[in-house]
Amino acid sequence: MSSKPADNAAYEPERYELSSPPAYHFALDRREFFRILGGGVAVVLVCWSGQAGQESGGGRRGFRESLPKEIGAWLHIGESGEVTVFTGKVEMGQNIRTSLTQAVAEELRVPVASIRLVMGDTDLTPFDMGTFGSRTTPTMSPQLRRVAAVARDLLVELAAKRWNAEPAKLVAVEGKVSDPASGRSIEYKELARGQALAKAVIEDAPLTPASEWKVAGKSLPKVNGADFVTGKHRFTPDVKREGMLHGKVLRPPSFGATLASLDARAAEAMPGVTVVHDGNFVGVAAPSEPEATRALAVLKAEWKSVPQISRRELFDYLKKNARPGEGRHETGSLESALSSAGHRLDATYTVTYIAHAPLEPRAAVAEWQDGKLTVWTGTQRPFGVRDELAEAFRLPLDRVRVIMPDTGAGFGGKHTGDAAVEAARLAKAAARPVKLVWTREEEFTWAYFRPAGVIEIKSGVQAGGALTAWEFHNYNSGAAAIRTPYDVPNQRIEFHPVDSPLRQGSYRALAAPANHFARESHMDEIAHRVKIDPLAFRLRNLKDERLRAVFEAVAKQFGWGRAKTSPGQGFGIAGGIEKGGYVATCAEVAVDRAAGSVRVVRVVTAFDCGAVVNPDGLQNQIVGATIMGLGGALFEAIDFENGRILNNRLSQYRVPRFSDVPQIEVVLVDRKDQPSAGAGETPMVALAPAIANAIFAATGIRLRSLPLVPNGRVVPAAEG
Amino acid sequence: MAKVTELRVNGKPAAVEADGETPLLTVLRDQLDLTGTKYGCGEGQCGACTVLIDGLPRRSCLTPVSAAEKKEITTIGGLAANGRMHPVQQAFLDAEALQCGYCTSGMVMTAVALLRAHPDPTEEEIARFMEGNVCRCGTYPWIVAAVRRAAELLRKSRS
Repeated sequence: MSSKPADNAAYEPERYELSSPPAYHFALDRREFFRILGGGVAVVLVCWSGQAGQESGGGRRGFRESLPKEIGAWLHIGESGEVTVFTGKVEMGQNIRTSLTQAVAEELRVPVASIRLVMGDTDLTPFDMGTFGSRTTPTMSPQLRRVAAVARDLLVELAAKRWNAEPAKLVAVEGKVSDPASGRSIEYKELARGQALAKAVIEDAPLTPASEWKVAGKSLPKVNGADFVTGKHRFTPDVKREGMLHGKVLRPPSFGATLASLDARAAEAMPGVTVVHDGNFVGVAAPSEPEATRALAVLKAEWKSVPQISRRELFDYLKKNARPGEGRHETGSLESALSSAGHRLDATYTVTYIAHAPLEPRAAVAEWQDGKLTVWTGTQRPFGVRDELAEAFRLPLDRVRVIMPDTGAGFGGKHTGDAAVEAARLAKAAARPVKLVWTREEEFTWAYFRPAGVIEIKSGVQAGGALTAWEFHNYNSGAAAIRTPYDVPNQRIEFHPVDSPLRQGSYRALAAPANHFARESHMDEIAHRVKIDPLAFRLRNLKDERLRAVFEAVAKQFGWGRAKTSPGQGFGIAGGIEKGGYVATCAEVAVDRAAGSVRVVRVVTAFDCGAVVNPDGLQNQIVGATIMGLGGALFEAIDFENGRILNNRLSQYRVPRFSDVPQIEVVLVDRKDQPSAGAGETPMVALAPAIANAIFAATGIRLRSLPLVPNGRVVPAAEG
Repeated sequence: MAKVTELRVNGKPAAVEADGETPLLTVLRDQLDLTGTKYGCGEGQCGACTVLIDGLPRRSCLTPVSAAEKKEITTIGGLAANGRMHPVQQAFLDAEALQCGYCTSGMVMTAVALLRAHPDPTEEEIARFMEGNVCRCGTYPWIVAAVRRAAELLRKSRS
């Protein structure tokens, strides 16, 4: 978890989940498939290599069973006309249940209401590596479109056969196949009746071009939104099973502490309470949550602690403990370019650990029945959690089922199966289903964090503003978006992994916000040094047309270049490329110079993620990413000392609230000619540097650490 | 401490059995299976557990069940009337004021309380009243728009 790089993960330490997946055992044969689903027409997507194959772990794995193994998704049209789509992707607020439904509706030509998505259930859905990295829209969405298009053609063929007509002359529309020449039409459900027809799609099927999208490309409300506004939807903590107990886990007082002794007699004497002591794991299960809490409180444990790194020494530690860099990028001759540059600038930037703090904490409900384990849990990697459970309990994979109810956010923080393993251990001992919901304090302490890091940059620029030298070293925070999009002939860019003092892992956009913060702050510093407007300086060194276009679009919308109206006002700009998306952000801040307080007044973001699938959903993601990004940019920071988190409560860890929200404007650059890229992450990467640059413009103070204003003030007040 | 054996929830009596100091949230969720009310932080900082007690928004995670005895408790499940969603729920749906939806019931309950006290709040008043409710997905602007829309729907339904 911390930072043991393996294979292709070496360059991106947070992507530890990209180790090779276990072999996938596809358990259904065709007959069983239709026995479970009922008769009808089914289309299965088979991925051989391509993107989908990579996402499901890569490597082809032959036809050893009745259906091929590398299944990307499947779709079933039942005898009563309902369409069921199975995908291993999961929903946690990014609204892919809606956007994927929309993609299928478009290709299959059926109303959205007739489609049901089964997502993230390891017994029912095809293997999927996980829902992260903004991969759903670029990969799963076209895959499902392809499956739906083939299903549509299959239905057209069935109608053609029935009418003895030519398929090419028939059209599919609104759940029917019709023959414009004769005026006949037949509903899909009639075509599906009595069938047990399965087809595998291997090769690319032609898709409706984005410019002709009818349903996709328009905004569609959340398909199961009513369940959420009425409170009916059951998140994992809401799952209830017959005879279920409530679990609690005894946590060590500090990271790295080991259990020296345990006296559990008082807890064990409580009626209905099961205590589990297995190695370093201690937990209780009780008939109710208050009883579980009481049982936990009477456990007498002694712990042996070991000294741990504290926050004040963190950045020194990261620099001193870096392992040799891997994946160094080098062009030209850096040293000579640095020494011959008209201006030289060296600067160090830092980012601290922050918490995902999804509002739904980690939780799991585990149930053992006849030697088979079923766990409901909110995770971005249901198949990964299944594997963790199988390993923890030494079970074959087909004895473990993980079900992921639509979940209360993840942000990259729900990749592991901690709560699932704990609940399953308690359930096994108690021989009853057990629900375990982490407290907010546990969530802030025993989950994992967005990595902290130190970034050092050395640059050289000629008097006219041409960047000639660029040296960039990232210690620990990660390699996402580490390369510069600017045209610099002499570069050295390197990521240095470190064994992190705190448990760290994926976070929305990975290290892209950190690397953009350093790079785009530095670009601003150089622009001021050579006295060129920061936007003009960027464009002077930038050839990429799509990035130039978003810079120009954001500048136009923001009114870049206008004069300040008050001394405390400041404007900043930043941008970049990440995960196939192009983003530029302008920020306006107001600094009260006497108090030093900072307020972000306005944020404008221009975003190009290729062809837009659902403009409102996209707008939601961009604004949401911006608001979440405000926290990491301005004030979020995990404070820790000798293995203890000092601010493990929401009252001590400030997250963005209503009053923090600036005026936010989004400029969507819809490129129907480009493939769609995911949008959950990239829109936040330019926010922090845009704000830091705006604070500099307002005050002349250059802030090189995230968060920028942990106490809300840019200038320390008189007493400091 | 005395046991609490009966509550009035969503207009009906409900039999429970809990020590008086048990959080109302726990009793609602675990004994009455009213899981629309959510746990988010356990210290009244996030608002996910908001219910109405005698019409006022209260953090059920901090409210001992004894303090809610003999009072009228309304949860997210008690807002719909005659099989129709409350205008605030409808407005949240129409305005797409949710992403993951975990904060939604607390947001809706707080908005219902706000609109009872202030039928026509400005955007600033909405933000101030709802400052104690956290949405990590960042849907705040849509929530403000939803509350404005709900105010309109409620005005129309009254006229």
